[in-house]
Amino acid sequence: MIEQIVFYLFAAMLIFSASMVVVSRNPVHAALFLILSFFATSAVWLILQAEFLAITLVLVYVGAVMVLFLFVVMMLDINQVVVKEGFARHVPIGVGIAILMVIAMGLVVGSDYFLAEPYIAKEQLDPNYSNARELGLAIYSKYLFQFEIAGIILLVAIIAAITLSMSKVKINKSINPDKQVFVKKQDRLRVIKMAAEKKDSEA
Amino acid sequence: MITLPEVLSLAALIFCISVAGIFINRKNVLILLMCIELMLLSVNMNFIAFSHFLGDVHGQVFVFFILTVAAAEAAIGLAILIVLFRKKNSINVDDLRSMKG
Repeated sequence: MIEQIVFYLFAAMLIFSASMVVVSRNPVHAALFLILSFFATSAVWLILQAEFLAITLVLVYVGAVMVLFLFVVMMLDINQVVVKEGFARHVPIGVGIAILMVIAMGLVVGSDYFLAEPYIAKEQLDPNYSNARELGLAIYSKYLFQFEIAGIILLVAIIAAITLSMSKVKINKSINPDKQVFVKKQDRLRVIKMAAEKKDSEA
Repeated sequence: MITLPEVLSLAALIFCISVAGIFINRKNVLILLMCIELMLLSVNMNFIAFSHFLGDVHGQVFVFFILTVAAAEAAIGLAILIVLFRKKNSINVDDLRSMKG
């Protein structure tokens, strides 16, 4: 019973914050509401006994991805007026499609099919059961190859993000070796003929 | 006890809200990226719900990989967004028509 109350509390919080992400005009507010919805989701995942992923969601998403989002929001100088215009024009079609999808999905997930026998959770787990341990056993044995591919995907993402956002203007003073090889003495050194100057003490 | 349809309906609702958000926020690519994050979140919730109610940990492995790919996607998407803003000085979707799509 208490489990259900907590679930509905966090579900309401999640739906509220998700709607605020969609409708808020200020991108900073949208990002902050997205953080709130990640927290609510992580609570729901905790109720569903996925502890490791709930903590990962908070650490990776709130700690890294959303900070990245907030950095970008603050770096871009967005014209608020342009961002706002056309908002009301798109609301009817957006809400209409959303309602259609809610009806369609509600017909699928609301049926009695998912209340049937295989979809009933086990009542009690072993007190020594560790979600992180089970997940680790699966990832590092059966899904080892896929895990390494995930690492490569992250590496590619790092390289791509750096390459894309590195501006063409050189910011460091490194030497271009190609040009350096072809430098001649005449390019750098200039000998000027001029009369010798006398020091003040001799004058 | 929570039942599976409750969790699935919550995930479906979040998915529909983010689809509506993609239609509504046509002027801001940043919020479109946030809506995509919300969609991935709702899909992850489906995976975790089935993993819990079927007592099978493999669903959570999938969520782990989806989280990885989503983080990579967000990083690359934001990098592209920054390059785009430098070039066009705007993040309006309607301004991004150089490919004539």
